[in-house]
Amino acid sequence: MSFVEPKAGRVAPWIQTNWDLRAAGNFIGGGSGTGLLIVAAFAAGAAYRPFALLGLALVALGLSSVFLEIGRHLRAPRVLAHVGRSWMTREAIVAPFLFAAGLAAAWYQTPALAGLTALLAAAYLYCQAQIVHAAKGIPAWREPRSVPLMVVGSLAEGAGLLVLVLAILDRSFAVRWPALALAVLLVARTVAWRGYRKRLQAPAAALAALDAGRRIFDRLGNWVAAPVAIVASMLAPGPLAAGLAAAAGALAAACGWHFKAMLITRAAHNQGFALPALPVRGKGPVGPAAKPGW
Amino acid sequence: MTRWAMTVDLRRCIGCQTCTAACKQTNATPPGTQWRQVLDIESGEYPDVRRTFVPVGCMHCADPPCVHVCPTTATRKRDDGLVTMDYDVCIGCGYCAVACPYQARHINHRRSFAYGDAPDETEAARFDPRRMAVANKCTFCVDRIDAGLAQGLKPGVDPEATPACVNSCITETYAFGDREDPNSNVSQLLAENHWFRMHEELGTDPGIYYIVDGK
Repeated sequence: MSFVEPKAGRVAPWIQTNWDLRAAGNFIGGGSGTGLLIVAAFAAGAAYRPFALLGLALVALGLSSVFLEIGRHLRAPRVLAHVGRSWMTREAIVAPFLFAAGLAAAWYQTPALAGLTALLAAAYLYCQAQIVHAAKGIPAWREPRSVPLMVVGSLAEGAGLLVLVLAILDRSFAVRWPALALAVLLVARTVAWRGYRKRLQAPAAALAALDAGRRIFDRLGNWVAAPVAIVASMLAPGPLAAGLAAAAGALAAACGWHFKAMLITRAAHNQGFALPALPVRGKGPVGPAAKPGW
Repeated sequence: MTRWAMTVDLRRCIGCQTCTAACKQTNATPPGTQWRQVLDIESGEYPDVRRTFVPVGCMHCADPPCVHVCPTTATRKRDDGLVTMDYDVCIGCGYCAVACPYQARHINHRRSFAYGDAPDETEAARFDPRRMAVANKCTFCVDRIDAGLAQGLKPGVDPEATPACVNSCITETYAFGDREDPNSNVSQLLAENHWFRMHEELGTDPGIYYIVDGK
């Protein structure tokens, strides 16, 4: 027996079900991947190749993830049709150029190609942030400060991955400055989060979901990871510095992913329905406004 | 220039769901998908409690977020204000559904039936595979409007050229017509009554007007 969950008749905001973890995967992979490509262009130096390949792989994973979400896979190329207005189209247009430049940069490892890749990665990342912002039906997404939060958050995730991989590759001597950069980006992510949360007007359930997730994202991913990264950057090169840097990097990336998954799947309550005035029944004035769930 | 619009007199709606049934019958939407639905909103606190029936659906916005975000241009806005769907172009990405502040869009990834695991005779006959895994929504019965206009009929006046929900309403809650024509039924109703549009603060310029009181 098939069962269709009834959606009709609901009034207060409910969690949208059109985008799930597959869509979140695009923001996680695309954000971290482009963040890594950007910070690696500045910080990876001679070791650029593995970071470029990892960044591109993450972007590809994100695109593959969202490809699984769409209903008509064979029509996917049609996503390129609306460059005039749709940020999703713009993201799709930037993608092949990003992969071409990134692969060339990984192969030749020249600063110019790495810089070009970083520029394209920034464009891709900005498109992703605007995709979320343009979703007017979801209050937690349409808030304008979601854009800097997504951009800065993705850069922090990328820096976290860079530091983590640097430490794993036993390049502890090279961890100092990337770890410091990670700390700076985590502070920026904290500021962006606070600005976003302060201005956000969303259904009570969406705010509750965000505040519940804050324990992981903000406290662990920012307030714990940043000091650890700072300590790692101040220590003499060695296993301890590398270990702390790796821990900070892993926390920064994982908690950023957690936030994006939460934003797309758990704080994604729709607008619901609202009446600025209730109709007159018989005689008397109009009734007071009704906005259930807010 | 024409802009097709709808008025909903909230003083009149009794929540009988006849419009919902008429829409489902006309458009053959599957279980769980209601292009037209009537909300039953209870508000206030005892003893001042109110119950309001609110028909909702696609608002055919003048500045529709769904059109802006659609990456394929499957969703378009016509010159007469109707927001349309091209099922043969849509990829079912769901972006329009999260962009719509009115929860008016649906995507059916699997076939579903009213009774059991197999379609009944009507469901089998009216199944449209083009609608599977793509976005769908209220069209304001655009096919009826276009066919009626081609015959010289007037939408909102002649039933053959008027959306099914409007025709079916037993309390004349609905009216349909050209908002740009000052002499149309909807323009006159709006001139004579107090009204609002839902979520107007979002700047979508929706095409459904809710009447709450006379002037």
